[in-house]
Amino acid sequence: MKFGNKLRTVAVTAAVGLAFTAAGCGGGGGGEAAPGAEASASPEDANLAITFLPKNLGNPYFDTSDKGGETAIKEFGGTYQEVGPAEATPDAQVSYINTLTQQQVGAIVISANDKQAVCDALTEGRDAGVKVITFDSDTNPDCRDLYVNQATAEGIAKVQIDMIAEQIGDSGEIAILSASANATNQNAWIELMKKELANHPNIKLVDTVYGNDKDQESFDKTAGLLQSHPNLKGIISPTTVGIAAAARYLSTSDAKGKVALTGLGTPNQMREYVNDGTVKEFALWNPADLGYLAAYAAKSVITGEIKGNEGDKFTAGKLGEYTVGADKSVVLGDPFKFNKENIDQFDF
Amino acid sequence: MASVTAPAPAPEIKEQRYLDHGQPLWRRVLLTREMAIIGLLIAVIIVASAVVPRFGTTVTLGFLLLDVTPILLIALPMTLVIITGEIDLSVASMVGLSSVIFGVLHQAGLSIPTAALAALVVGAMGGTINGLLVTAVGLPSLAVTIGTLALYRGLAVGILGTTAITDFPRYWTQLAKAKIGDTGVPIVMILVAILAVIFAVVLHFTTFGRGIYAIGLSTEAATFSGVRVKRTKLILFVAIGIIAALAGVYYTLRFGSSRGDNATGMELQVIAAVLLGGVSIFGGRGALHGVIGGVLLIGVLASALRLANVTSDVINIITGVLLVLSVVSSSLLAWVQSKRAKPGAAQGGRVSTK
Repeated sequence: MKFGNKLRTVAVTAAVGLAFTAAGCGGGGGGEAAPGAEASASPEDANLAITFLPKNLGNPYFDTSDKGGETAIKEFGGTYQEVGPAEATPDAQVSYINTLTQQQVGAIVISANDKQAVCDALTEGRDAGVKVITFDSDTNPDCRDLYVNQATAEGIAKVQIDMIAEQIGDSGEIAILSASANATNQNAWIELMKKELANHPNIKLVDTVYGNDKDQESFDKTAGLLQSHPNLKGIISPTTVGIAAAARYLSTSDAKGKVALTGLGTPNQMREYVNDGTVKEFALWNPADLGYLAAYAAKSVITGEIKGNEGDKFTAGKLGEYTVGADKSVVLGDPFKFNKENIDQFDF
Repeated sequence: MASVTAPAPAPEIKEQRYLDHGQPLWRRVLLTREMAIIGLLIAVIIVASAVVPRFGTTVTLGFLLLDVTPILLIALPMTLVIITGEIDLSVASMVGLSSVIFGVLHQAGLSIPTAALAALVVGAMGGTINGLLVTAVGLPSLAVTIGTLALYRGLAVGILGTTAITDFPRYWTQLAKAKIGDTGVPIVMILVAILAVIFAVVLHFTTFGRGIYAIGLSTEAATFSGVRVKRTKLILFVAIGIIAALAGVYYTLRFGSSRGDNATGMELQVIAAVLLGGVSIFGGRGALHGVIGGVLLIGVLASALRLANVTSDVINIITGVLLVLSVVSSSLLAWVQSKRAKPGAAQGGRVSTK
């Protein structure tokens, strides 16, 4: 029994030693990274340590956008870093915001998991001198310095009408396959699309149906649309779930190639249908450009080039000049159109 | 199975007790799994303060304690539940449900204390459902609480959908984060400390607490010794429901946001910390100071590694390895001890007591 106790002591010591090593390793890694961040914070130079904090890591959309940010930060000689939680929850983001505040990074570029929950932490960061840029998903406007918006509602509405008009020869019956009947974004876009249709007198919107952003429901609604409107020439689906389900239905039906389909989708979901000819062109924004712009916006706010006031102008590398709009926000621009020529350059 | 082995371990335990008390007090207190965890915690704090920039500050302390508070709160009753040999996987869903109830009632015009009280009542009800299904119906708690994990989360998301309620009074959201003077210690830690003392006293210094251990070691033996097994378990499930709801209210105020998906996955963080703290998943063994050490150890490691720019995946790997090591080391130790203590015991049928 005495012997057993000695053994226990040995085992405990070993366990402690092991954790020491583990903690030491982690610490060592940090020791290398931190001075790098501080190096750029020298007094004559602005602190261009910019950290991207996406909703979660391992998400292809954010992998693409953050890579765009990295490209931009390399161009202007800042320090790029990406941190984020494994799960897209606001509380996990708060831990990271707190950590970044302590590390005194120059700016946090965040896609918020919750408009409000990350606010206090961001405010604490800003009080400590960290600039906050939101992209993709905004927080309440008083919690950040600038919001980089992917597209305006007007832009999204216009590009979809333009695409369908082009694809059906600017005349004929069209229908809309939306998300749910009370989806805020989609309803706003549909209203604006109806206004935009005034410029296309020969196109007639005959129906709006709702697939509730469920794959099967959207699939069935597409089938229903084709049956109840035999003269239908085009479908617009302003939701990524809807457009993918509709494309899946069309690709196996007689209507393939006769009924045009466009809307908002992601390249990975739509690649198959673009390549087989079901879909000619659809739109979304380019996440890489979004990250790129957000990084330049962060730099401009850090250097004091812009304050976030309406009318402030800054240059974002290859994307050109941008002007800050209302509510301290910048719009990336018109949505990006994906078609057979360019779809293989994107992976998200 | 229990009925077969039950007669054998009895003399064994006696023998061990005797020898244990034959050791000097300092050895009995210091050479325990709990103390190993606390020692490890202190070691990590020292190393991190020396190596990780900005770790050894009151700001870090404040953020760290705010982050671990919900886990720490739920780990207290979870320890007692696991010592009885049961488990409650529905706690994080209860945090979400309580957060939603609290938010919705506040939005409907109730004051913060009233809404919080209502959330606690819902917590008690949820705990009662778990407890009755386990005790009265006799279902295994693992199955029951996997079911209520889905049920409570479903209710939470169903009530509020994907929206969030965020208009909480500033006084309360600030209070949830306020620190005691310049110490960096959040005020909410006072509440945690009081609850920790209450749970420690109940577990370690009352007959009710001894009953909890007895149930975990052998339900039959406990029943025949006069421990009211079902009542004890029911009380513990209600308690953990209430504490989970309390954590939900705190969580809501801390982040100023009531959402159906709040605290998703937290049940595993709680259980990991409890097991790391030396509580046996089979019941019957464990102590609260070890669990508190376990929660803080995971919190300190995560905080230090984040400050050192280690990604979340690596942090998860390190915590996971630590947990596996701690479980393996104790089993290994028990096995080695049984071999050493009685080299010829193999044929005697006196299997290790663990």
